[in-house]
Amino acid sequence: MVRWLKRSYIYLIFAFLYLPIAVLMVYSLNDARSRGMWGGFTLRWYVELFQDRTIMNSLYATLIIGVSSALIATVIGTMAAIGIHNTRGVPKKLIMNVTYLPVLNPEIVTAISLMLLFVFSRMRFGYITLLLSHITFNVPYVILSVLPKLRQLNKHLYEAALDLGCTPLQALWKVIIPEIMPGIITGLLLAFTLSIDDFVVSFFTTGSGVSTLSITVYSMARRGINPKINALSTIMFTFVLALLIIVNVRQAREERKERNGRRVPKKDSPYDPRFGSA
Amino acid sequence: MKRLSLTPYVIWMVLFTVVPMLLVLYYAFTVPTEGGTTWSLENFTRFFQPIYLRVFIRSLNLAVISTLICLLLGYPAAMIMAGNAFKRKHVIMLLFVVPMWMNFLLRTYAWLTILERNGFLNSLLTFFSLPRVNILYTNGAVVLGMVYNFLPFMVLPIYSVLSKIDKGVVEAAGDLGANPFQVFIKVILPLSLPGVVSGITMVFMPAMTTFVISRLLGGGQFTLIGNLIEQQFLVVGDWGFGSAISVVMIVVILLSMAVMSFFEGEEKDVALW
Amino acid sequence: MVSEIIVQLKGVSKYYDDTPALTDVDLYIRKNEFVTLLGPSGCGKTTMLRLIGGFEKPDTGTITFNGQDIGNVPSHKRKVNTVFQRYALFSHLNVFENIAFGLRIKKMKESVIREKVSRMLELVNLQGYEKRDVNSLSGGQQQRVAIARALVNEPDVLLLDEPLAALDLKLRKEMQHELKNMQRQLGITFLFVTHDQEEALSMSDTVVVMKDGEIQQIGTPEMIYNEPVNAFVADFIGESNIVDGIMRQDYLVEFAGNLFECADSGFARDELVDVVIRPEDLALMPPDQAKLKGVVRSVNFLGVHYEMIVEGADGTEWLVHSTLMEPVGTMVGLGLEPMDIHIMKKVRA
Ligand SMILES: Nc1ncnc2c1ncn2[C@@H]1O[C@H](COP(=O)(O)OP(=O)(O)OP(=O)(O)O)[C@@H](O)[C@H]1O
Ligand SMILES: [Mg+2]
Repeated sequence: MVRWLKRSYIYLIFAFLYLPIAVLMVYSLNDARSRGMWGGFTLRWYVELFQDRTIMNSLYATLIIGVSSALIATVIGTMAAIGIHNTRGVPKKLIMNVTYLPVLNPEIVTAISLMLLFVFSRMRFGYITLLLSHITFNVPYVILSVLPKLRQLNKHLYEAALDLGCTPLQALWKVIIPEIMPGIITGLLLAFTLSIDDFVVSFFTTGSGVSTLSITVYSMARRGINPKINALSTIMFTFVLALLIIVNVRQAREERKERNGRRVPKKDSPYDPRFGSA
Repeated sequence: MKRLSLTPYVIWMVLFTVVPMLLVLYYAFTVPTEGGTTWSLENFTRFFQPIYLRVFIRSLNLAVISTLICLLLGYPAAMIMAGNAFKRKHVIMLLFVVPMWMNFLLRTYAWLTILERNGFLNSLLTFFSLPRVNILYTNGAVVLGMVYNFLPFMVLPIYSVLSKIDKGVVEAAGDLGANPFQVFIKVILPLSLPGVVSGITMVFMPAMTTFVISRLLGGGQFTLIGNLIEQQFLVVGDWGFGSAISVVMIVVILLSMAVMSFFEGEEKDVALW
Repeated sequence: MVSEIIVQLKGVSKYYDDTPALTDVDLYIRKNEFVTLLGPSGCGKTTMLRLIGGFEKPDTGTITFNGQDIGNVPSHKRKVNTVFQRYALFSHLNVFENIAFGLRIKKMKESVIREKVSRMLELVNLQGYEKRDVNSLSGGQQQRVAIARALVNEPDVLLLDEPLAALDLKLRKEMQHELKNMQRQLGITFLFVTHDQEEALSMSDTVVVMKDGEIQQIGTPEMIYNEPVNAFVADFIGESNIVDGIMRQDYLVEFAGNLFECADSGFARDELVDVVIRPEDLALMPPDQAKLKGVVRSVNFLGVHYEMIVEGADGTEWLVHSTLMEPVGTMVGLGLEPMDIHIMKKVRA
């Protein structure tokens, strides 16, 4: 009985969480002029969506920025994590504190501070400023995904590689990097999704006609409802869902492997609730 | 060699994190004069004028209300999910997180569709012959948007603390004669406090600083502190004032985090200044 | 015939932030020798291996390899390989690739690699495990992969840091045997670390007993066991009774209120000494026939023998190992031969 009550409560919360998404999905297939009514099934909004130059351009920009900022942030962040892992004392504390700064700062503060920087250095607002900003807020998350992997590493692994004839660089490349690869990939995915999801920082650091999806949605939404956005939401949600399932299957496999391998238990991943669910 | 791998990041960090923050401080503490700038607290004194203070109070107010609602809704949810009401806990948790993966703007936009005059809600009400409501562009809608967007930030930390509580402790308390209510008050609640604290921080902070939710669902009539900053930078062009408000906001947030970590009473991994 | 020296440490010290981990160590290791470092936790055994392996630099002293100073040779250029304390296998590689790792770094031909690795797999008894994920192996198997991974490079010296510590007793005995066989077969010098004295005594040609970063004694297992140089070595090598004594004159020592004949000489008259008596050297006998007497306080059956604690009249507790036993509370006598009384200079505290 009590159990039934408990479950109902959770289902209610789920209803609250999923209702807006479901409504969007249904409306994206609705052919009615008046949006409150059901006017029959249509794929018209999807067709229009793909014909909309603004939306398509911003989708393109979002993906370009997402992929390139995630890749660059992953390289910088992984190198940084390895460096931080081998640093001690005050320098380490200092670097970690500054690393947490963009994570803890309100987004809008990060956004305006970067905007000031670009104004101050007389950069032209556009792709480059956008890319630099995205890399900046992504790097800390990559570092925070890679560091726990480094901490779990058997600390003699690097020495074992040297012992077997590797130069320090080879040891890093042939042993350390492959061993922490799961953390690097998590960091890469996290960076990519954060970049895709970002609105605030992009809004303040873009210019000269470059617009990400979030920015386009924002300006459309300010003018009221637009069924094309419904179609876009549906597509993105489905895509994200597919991605999520892949990631979860991968993670489950990884965990099974770790359990068999009697390795050190996993440390908490950096705090993004979407990744902290495991 | 290992130190070398830090160099690109350190340079990046200085250029894109430290220098920008210093710029914010610089703009906040200077005012333009003919032929240059001078140090001044004017931007801050301006902030304490009634019209701006009112914005600040309203932001604080809405953020506190949203945080409280998230706590009230989220704590029981976290507790149920951490308990044994469901067999496949990780699936439930996954279902809980999935909506978070939607683009933040689209998620907020979705509520427009529901709340607008001819939207889903009013269609539903009409269908049941109930009176229509107009809650879009009100404080209520803003709070709703905040709760919707930030609820998971409250639930997840509490859930993770609760699910780590040793079952033996709870049973021991029961064994020592505590009734379920006493067990909750005397054992579970205190043990889950760190989760509550980080949940509160994680909801309060974005709620206090958002400008998107208020802009879309509040329709621009209900300016919050985030909107104020946005306007200073993108509309008015008064960067000094905008920076000063940002500094005030950072101070408020650092203060609330300090208070929170005092309540938490335990050394956290995250080193704050 | 005595073979030549391959590794030599001269006056080697190592400090971690001013606390010494090794102080002024002199040690040489001959070719094909099986040398064991033995000592309690934290005495500097791992530090010594790391210095020889090239993972740390000594603060003072020199380390030579075949007569050459190797102070500035980085570890990947030393003809030394290490089996690490917790194996340090590469979990992103399978068994075959783990073993082949060093050969690949040296860019050997694929056919050579195959042949060498399969010979190694045979040696460590892991044929058919090539494709296995190293995390799915048992502790003993992982351990053997670690040994194969090091041995396949044909090092002149193999360093093994407590390679058997994580194994259960039975497996450990087996592996001790296998290791010893491998060492004989391959003719490689082994420097082996353990804190298990039985392991040290049964496997080694030479045992090095260490304490607090200093070498206490170097010798064959028999020498170490039979003629420990001080009470610490005696106690560490086998549980011992150590009591205070006074050397009344050559071959005559006083302890526990009695004078005993002994086999030692060369002490000053009335010098305070440590008297060490092994538990198995104390024989139970009727009280009236023995100088040492006491009451049995506890009896433990340990499988092969009984362990008893006998409390003497002066309160000294004697540990006695015997295949016979007397019930708790009985008055017994403890007999001992002069040869079994080991007199040692007091260690400066
Ligand atoms: N990297 C280090 N930094 C500081 N102190 C260290 C370091 N490595 C070892 N020590 C110290 O040096 C001493 C010797 O350590 P070592 O690891 O050589 O001991 P060990 O004999 O191998 O012990 P065990 O049997 O526990 O492995 C110890 O007191 C240890 O605390
Ligand atoms: Mg050791």
